[in-house]
Amino acid sequence: MDICVCVKRVPGTGSTILLTDDGMNVDTRHLGFTIGPHEECAVEEAVQIVTAHGGSVTVLTAGPPEAEEQLRYALSLGADRGVLIDTGPEELDAEQTASALTQAIRQLESGGSRFDMLLFGNESADASHYQVGIRVACALELPMVGGVKGIQIDEAAGTLDLRRDAAGGIEVYRTPLPAAVAVAEGLNLPRYPSMRGRLRAMKARLDTVEVQLEPGGLRKRGLRRPAEQGSQTVMLGTGPEAADAVADVLEELGVV
Amino acid sequence: MSSLPERADVVVIGAGIVGNSIVHHLADRGWRNIVLLDKGPLPDPGGSTGHASNFIFPVDHSKEITALTLDSMRQYEKFGTLTTCGGVEISRTEERDQELLRRMSSATSWGVPAEMISPARVGELVPFVDTSLIRTAFWTPSVAVVDPLQTGALMREHARALGALTVSANTEVLGIDTEEAGTPGTRTVRTVHTDKGDIETDTVVVACGVWSRRIAGMAGASIPLTPAVHQMIDVGPIPELAATGQEIAYPIVRDMDPLMYERQSGADLEVGSYAHRPILHDPDDIPSIAASALSPTQLPFTQEDFDPQLATALELFGPILDREEVGVRHAINGLLSLTPDGSPVLGETPEVRGLWSAAAVWIKEGPGVGRMVAEWMTDGSAEIDLHSADIARFYPNQRAATHVRARASEGFNKTYGIVHPREQWESSRGQRLSPFFARERELGAQFFEVGGWERPHWYESNRHLLEEMQPHAPAPEMLRERPAEWDGRWWSPITNAEHLAMRERAAMIDLSAFAHFDVAGPGALDYVQRMVVAQVDRPVGRIMYTPVLSPGGGFRSDLTVVRLGTRHFRIVTGGADGARDLQWFTTHLPSDGSVTLTDLTSATCTVGLWGPRARDILGELTADDVSHEGFGFGTARWLTVDTVPVLALRISYVGDLGWELHAPFDQGRRLWDAVEEAGRPHGVVPAGIGVYGTTGRLEKGYRLMGAELEAEYDPVEAGLALPKVKDADFVGRDAYLRARGHDPVATLCTLTVDDHHDSGGTRRYPQGGEPILTPDGERIVDRKGRGSYVTSAGSGPSVGRYLLMAYLPPEHAVEGTALTVGYMGERYPVTVARAGRTPLFDPDDERMKR
Amino acid sequence: MTVLAIVEHDGGVPTAGSLQAVAVAAQVGGTGSAEAVAFGPGAELLRPRLVTAGVARLHVLEHDLLDDYSPETWGESLAQLVGQLRPDGVVAAGTDRGNELMAQAAARAGLPFAANCVAVDGGTGTSPAWQLTRARVGGLLYEDADLTASVKMLSLAAGVEVATAPSAADSHELPVEVFTPELPADFAYSRVVERAGHTTGVTLATAPVVVSGGRGVASAEGFAPLEELAELVGGAVGCSRVATNNGWRPHSDQVGQTGTRIAPDLYIACGISGATQHWVGCMNAKAILAINTDPEAPMVTRATYAVIGDVQDVLPAVIAAVRRRAGASTGRRPALT
Repeated sequence: MDICVCVKRVPGTGSTILLTDDGMNVDTRHLGFTIGPHEECAVEEAVQIVTAHGGSVTVLTAGPPEAEEQLRYALSLGADRGVLIDTGPEELDAEQTASALTQAIRQLESGGSRFDMLLFGNESADASHYQVGIRVACALELPMVGGVKGIQIDEAAGTLDLRRDAAGGIEVYRTPLPAAVAVAEGLNLPRYPSMRGRLRAMKARLDTVEVQLEPGGLRKRGLRRPAEQGSQTVMLGTGPEAADAVADVLEELGVV
Repeated sequence: MSSLPERADVVVIGAGIVGNSIVHHLADRGWRNIVLLDKGPLPDPGGSTGHASNFIFPVDHSKEITALTLDSMRQYEKFGTLTTCGGVEISRTEERDQELLRRMSSATSWGVPAEMISPARVGELVPFVDTSLIRTAFWTPSVAVVDPLQTGALMREHARALGALTVSANTEVLGIDTEEAGTPGTRTVRTVHTDKGDIETDTVVVACGVWSRRIAGMAGASIPLTPAVHQMIDVGPIPELAATGQEIAYPIVRDMDPLMYERQSGADLEVGSYAHRPILHDPDDIPSIAASALSPTQLPFTQEDFDPQLATALELFGPILDREEVGVRHAINGLLSLTPDGSPVLGETPEVRGLWSAAAVWIKEGPGVGRMVAEWMTDGSAEIDLHSADIARFYPNQRAATHVRARASEGFNKTYGIVHPREQWESSRGQRLSPFFARERELGAQFFEVGGWERPHWYESNRHLLEEMQPHAPAPEMLRERPAEWDGRWWSPITNAEHLAMRERAAMIDLSAFAHFDVAGPGALDYVQRMVVAQVDRPVGRIMYTPVLSPGGGFRSDLTVVRLGTRHFRIVTGGADGARDLQWFTTHLPSDGSVTLTDLTSATCTVGLWGPRARDILGELTADDVSHEGFGFGTARWLTVDTVPVLALRISYVGDLGWELHAPFDQGRRLWDAVEEAGRPHGVVPAGIGVYGTTGRLEKGYRLMGAELEAEYDPVEAGLALPKVKDADFVGRDAYLRARGHDPVATLCTLTVDDHHDSGGTRRYPQGGEPILTPDGERIVDRKGRGSYVTSAGSGPSVGRYLLMAYLPPEHAVEGTALTVGYMGERYPVTVARAGRTPLFDPDDERMKR
Repeated sequence: MTVLAIVEHDGGVPTAGSLQAVAVAAQVGGTGSAEAVAFGPGAELLRPRLVTAGVARLHVLEHDLLDDYSPETWGESLAQLVGQLRPDGVVAAGTDRGNELMAQAAARAGLPFAANCVAVDGGTGTSPAWQLTRARVGGLLYEDADLTASVKMLSLAAGVEVATAPSAADSHELPVEVFTPELPADFAYSRVVERAGHTTGVTLATAPVVVSGGRGVASAEGFAPLEELAELVGGAVGCSRVATNNGWRPHSDQVGQTGTRIAPDLYIACGISGATQHWVGCMNAKAILAINTDPEAPMVTRATYAVIGDVQDVLPAVIAAVRRRAGASTGRRPALT
């Protein structure tokens, strides 16, 4: 199985999200960067699949040159190859991101060998557009299931069984290979990078791919934080003595 | 949750280990109405206490730091938050082998059980290390891990239980108001403004760690420290560690050469580093709690800075770390505080009365620092001598942000480095230059720094004296390089040659780093009487050398007082302690305005001229009477030397005839040139501080502040008790009288090294700090539990012996007693040559009093 | 103006989110502009409900491959319908399925798509763009954006409140138009092969009360009183990411940005400090009760009610109190043995 995992460099989260002075971006001065939890699961899954079935894991990202850090992180987890699409410092819209990834995947596949699977996080941890993976899959004419929390491969049949949560239960989708899958946290428990992995990743050579981009139809004007509901907390007491006050509240709310 | 009182006796800002310890000990010492503030939540407000690695290695070359650490360990233990695990410091290089032997010396000197162990033994203690990488190791069984957050909570609880404490978390200090104090030119604390209200108070303690500079700045004071990054990672899970079921079951390993440590933390191994590039942080750029990812002092990890250390840790701990399933689970750039000289910053700020600093403190020192600062605030002095941690040690030029950053950058990699006791800083040099500087540079001066001053330590121009002085040298090897590189580092035999030339002819020494205070006014006599031990109500023109004591009777300082008029005194003190002394004298000025104190340090330069030819030389430059009869020993007079008005002090710290010539700074160059020219026919040589501070001084048994003189020993023990006690009251009088009332528990002695040869036949020279042992190698401890150690060490070129000073208990403080000194893992025979202050060289002081 | 609203339904009963989509479609487009789109069997049964919601027309997509949900077939079909109708906009509820369907359709139709909007302004007509506000990072951050496209496709964030104006034309017959997409024989798509309900009756996502634990619960065993209380009040047990990462609870119990986002009547947060990651998952609860030793923990300061104390001390007392009252109110007594 040759798997391509698409990851995004996103700010780490603090206790409160602060914005840059112009309100256009999250103030990341003190936060550091990461890949989102969904994407950590995607990388982990890809590494596990390749460990079990053979093949290779390519990680692909579109972002500023600094996104190299996230590629190396993925490599330290066991991915084999890192590919950077340098799209500069500005945030891309979802259509641009998808286009960049699509063009890059086409270039990577230009040798004739196709990826068996494209893995995405269900949505990015910062922009949350919920569509990049789907756009790439459509452009490449691949079936695509999102929100996946379980992947089973039937190599003989050339199909994937993909489990995801649905209202009141779970659904399992069967899809032919090659396919694209957007995964969600809970798929697996991602490993931490081993020290040897870190050292390997540190020395690894990264590939770069160049693409052409046109802006899409959704243009960010600015970011802001929603107004906090300034509610006053009602203190019910301290320790076990507060139990009756709690029971009162439960009755009031009609939950008992 | 608690609301702030409108008034407080003291406001402690910062609820890390230091702030918590201070409120605890203040409450114990009777303080009430204490308010503890922190802008973060409790129990972990987000400062460095919350992310520290929390282990304690008690042995430090600094006696002061070791004492603070041992006191802290006792406190952690009392609170049940200390887990002893032991610790090994390993060597991978020959140079480190020597350093570990030196640590062994320090351990013995300060009384911490420790031993040198083999690589195989390291392997038994910590089964996961590759022992083939280890040459030798230093094992301290008492190394421990502590829980400073829990300790802090218990300390607060303690103070609360005494009804002494109000704690207000999530309370940000917005400003500190000051007002003009009684003493002109000083300000005092009045109000602390917070986002939860204002508190009137006249005492504020800044225990804000990396934020200290910013908070003190609100009051107009400067705490010289800078936040800097220390990187650490957690690696796991490691089944062998998890199997112990304990937070820490194996000794902590300090891998000294790559400047790293590794410690168990539950199932993980924590790896920390002081090897990466210095990453300093602007104090105003520390993120708020809201803006930070983990906490304001846990910044995003910068992987590339740590990568080389990964390889090092993998190499040493390969058996447990080099596994794919063992991952880097946590990695931070933790902020800690660095100071220009690496020591904490404690005490009342010189700029603002009532504003105390308790900053740049490590977890290992926190509780002890809290106790000492509380004592200091309550009694005016602390049990442990804190002179090298005193915030007042910094001159204004040393508090400048540029200087702090430069020295912190340079100092960061010294955290685990091998630092020679005489090692000089490379950055931020050349801050204070005497008028003689250009001449000195022409003479090839090797400059050492004190208080920002550049002082010649020896002159390369004197190299020819190594040959020339051979006939005058009782021990000719003293005019040769020392065979062991460490012993001869930051040292030259030229110093000994300069010394002999001074004793034979004359030497001129740049003493411009002296601090000079002019004290005048109708209250001047009473004031100076109150400040010093000696009787200063002496005739005009008399010079009094005197101890200055703390209220507890320990040494604050020793200095020279000159009576210039009935209401006019000049105080001259050493460059190293000038800033501390200035603060001490300023804060004790009467508030009625009857005394003015003027700091003349930057207006005055000094040439010391000593040697048998000194009078001949000076006589040629002045029409004034400089004969023994006309200008007696121990007096001061105004002279005109060449064209220069000079205050001449006929005293000597080197034991030869001569004068300190104090001159206006602008005319210093003229004075230097005149003395040099007049002295040339007499064979005058420029001599460095090596002669003044070490060789000349040791031969004469003169004590040095910070070495022999410190708070732990009283003037009687130091041999500096004066024959009579004056009637006038003075600071420390009661303690002084008590000390005089009984036989000293220890006596300061001068010892000679009898045989310098080590087991390999190389001549070795102890450098100071080493333990004095019995001939069998047993530690010598006095009745107060103080171990004997070398306070100063250096050559006595004129006596032909290498000299050591040490306090010894009475049974050993007997001239002729044979003892040993431990140095670099071996023992060398020494003999007590003098018990008390009688000099080894010219015991009757005939040379300077003729 | 015509604005389509995607109506998700269960055998003809529209979901609440779909009715919000209808309302927004009507609001943005003006009276008579909202048209509904529904898939699958039973779509026609929606008519009465949609009439009262002010829908002017119902488009039912029919095809053999559309009977059960499939992202690709549904998405392609919607794209074809949009291509044929050329509406001004398409609005859907921002559910997992809604977002997936819209993204599929937008991708196939070559249109932009704005997910999880909290406010939409169709504009004055002078500007072709719709000005909208969309939720990022689970609603912790709002993005103001311009959506410029021939067809504006957007979804609504869960919990967006839109005033629904009942239709004046309540009696009109809702026209239904059936649209049959063309799906080629070799069309690659995913199809459901298995569907299973949760074993227990109460799910985390739908429980009226969620008793959730975090770092302060300290161990897997520490969740026992949480389970007991949940059972007592007919609720479900949830947890924070700390609890999942420590292996105390399965990920399916996790409430938060990358776990389940819930909106129960009461959320009881036990020993949870309230990091943003978690807050996002529970902030839509109608009431929050925080039990925490730290009175300054974000969860405590943001909660409706708070008890300061250790979970293991407080919860057993609460359970006892609830049992006592339940016993008293129903006259039940402990059995005599």
